[in-house]
Amino acid sequence: MNSNNVVLKVEDIRKSFGENEVLRGVSFDVRRGETKVFIGPSGTGKSTLLRCINQLTPPDRGKVWLDGEEVTNSGARINYFRQKIGMVFQNFFLFDHLTALKNVELALLKVRGMGKAEAREKALTELRQVGMEDWADHYPAELSGGQAQRVSIARALAMDPDVILFDEPTSALDPELTREVLEVMKKLAREGMTMLVVTHEMGFACSVANEVLFMENGVVAEQGSPDLLLHDPRFTRMKDFIGRIDSRMED
Amino acid sequence: MDQAVFLFEILLPALMQGLVVTLQLIACSAPFGLALGIAVAVGRQYGNPVVSWLCKTFVFLIKGTPLLLLLFILYFGLPSIGITFTAFVASVVGFILCNGAYNAEYIRGALISIKDGQMVAAQALGMTRWQAIRSVILPQALCRAIPGLSNEFIYLIKYSSLAYMITVIELSGAGKLVATKYFTYTESFAAVGIVYLVLVSITTVAVNILEKRVAVPGTTRATAAAQL
Repeated sequence: MNSNNVVLKVEDIRKSFGENEVLRGVSFDVRRGETKVFIGPSGTGKSTLLRCINQLTPPDRGKVWLDGEEVTNSGARINYFRQKIGMVFQNFFLFDHLTALKNVELALLKVRGMGKAEAREKALTELRQVGMEDWADHYPAELSGGQAQRVSIARALAMDPDVILFDEPTSALDPELTREVLEVMKKLAREGMTMLVVTHEMGFACSVANEVLFMENGVVAEQGSPDLLLHDPRFTRMKDFIGRIDSRMED
Repeated sequence: MDQAVFLFEILLPALMQGLVVTLQLIACSAPFGLALGIAVAVGRQYGNPVVSWLCKTFVFLIKGTPLLLLLFILYFGLPSIGITFTAFVASVVGFILCNGAYNAEYIRGALISIKDGQMVAAQALGMTRWQAIRSVILPQALCRAIPGLSNEFIYLIKYSSLAYMITVIELSGAGKLVATKYFTYTESFAAVGIVYLVLVSITTVAVNILEKRVAVPGTTRATAAAQL
């Protein structure tokens, strides 16, 4: 497959909640195998943007295409697109009443209509991918945050998505657990998974992202390779933002 | 008359016959009462506005009127518009409606308590709302509703005695007949009370076992259930 293939196209997404205009026209293309990282202050619409892409939050205006097919205004077919657009949440949202294995299996059985044996096999394969096969029979409440997040990544992977949206996947985790989740995500990126990641982890952004989009006040304020945004003097806003975080941490 | 003869040859055989009818009433009502409760709770919580309103109104009507009145309407009232039930069927229909309405409230409370993230995660995987409700939300909600549902089941055991008011000779009715015929109110009704106590005790033990079996490992609920 051509690596310049645009797999996901986002065009002029706008979204308001009441008076508050959260997204004011965001557009970008995502090529297959690419990792894009979204950085920016809280409340600038990063998470809302991800939810607009898979229509968990329908945007007021703008369009999203997956592989040339329109995701917005797709009616009942949205459930097909959501299989192809995986999502990983800050608070994992594992199904609390199911074991890790069953969490991964559920959509394979119910949505993809797979047979039991096949679904189990596939679910175990995905759990192995994230290093959780030994925990297959444990329930979410028995897992650490990092383990739970890895299971939720496996759950998204099981649907063979074209792209996975990560909504602050490590924000609920301490540094040690953050590392184990980031390792899994780096591995996925290396293996060619297409990923959109909202995060505050600059280290991850610098080492993995093909492109960083710095969002502020509902728009993409700066956009480019991590190196460019951090070192080119023409770009100042993301550096300012990171500087603010760093100085706060030194306090 | 000898006390032992009265007890073993008159009272207990009569109560056992009544008990069988009581158990039949419960067995015919409880499963449908649970199904109705689930349907009404889900309809109210997730249905379109019309369905939701219908479910809400149903619960309002049943909660707001005495069960005895409902039984009278079903048995004595409906024949006037051409619907005739036997006393047993009228009782079962009344119990299902009553049990279903109260169950619906317990289940609705449990549905509300399930965090939004569960639905969001299910939909993000491509599940429809109904698939998410069936496979993700309801299984969790029903487990949480067990204490309330078991309470309602115990009420059902006891209000099944109202069937006597529309001529079904169940446990209480059988006791009443013996009591009036032999003028043994205290003995007869005490014996009836003991049988109800036994039924409720069995239920309580069964519910404890059920709660332990469905508790999700690692949760505080599981820890609490293990300590029971």
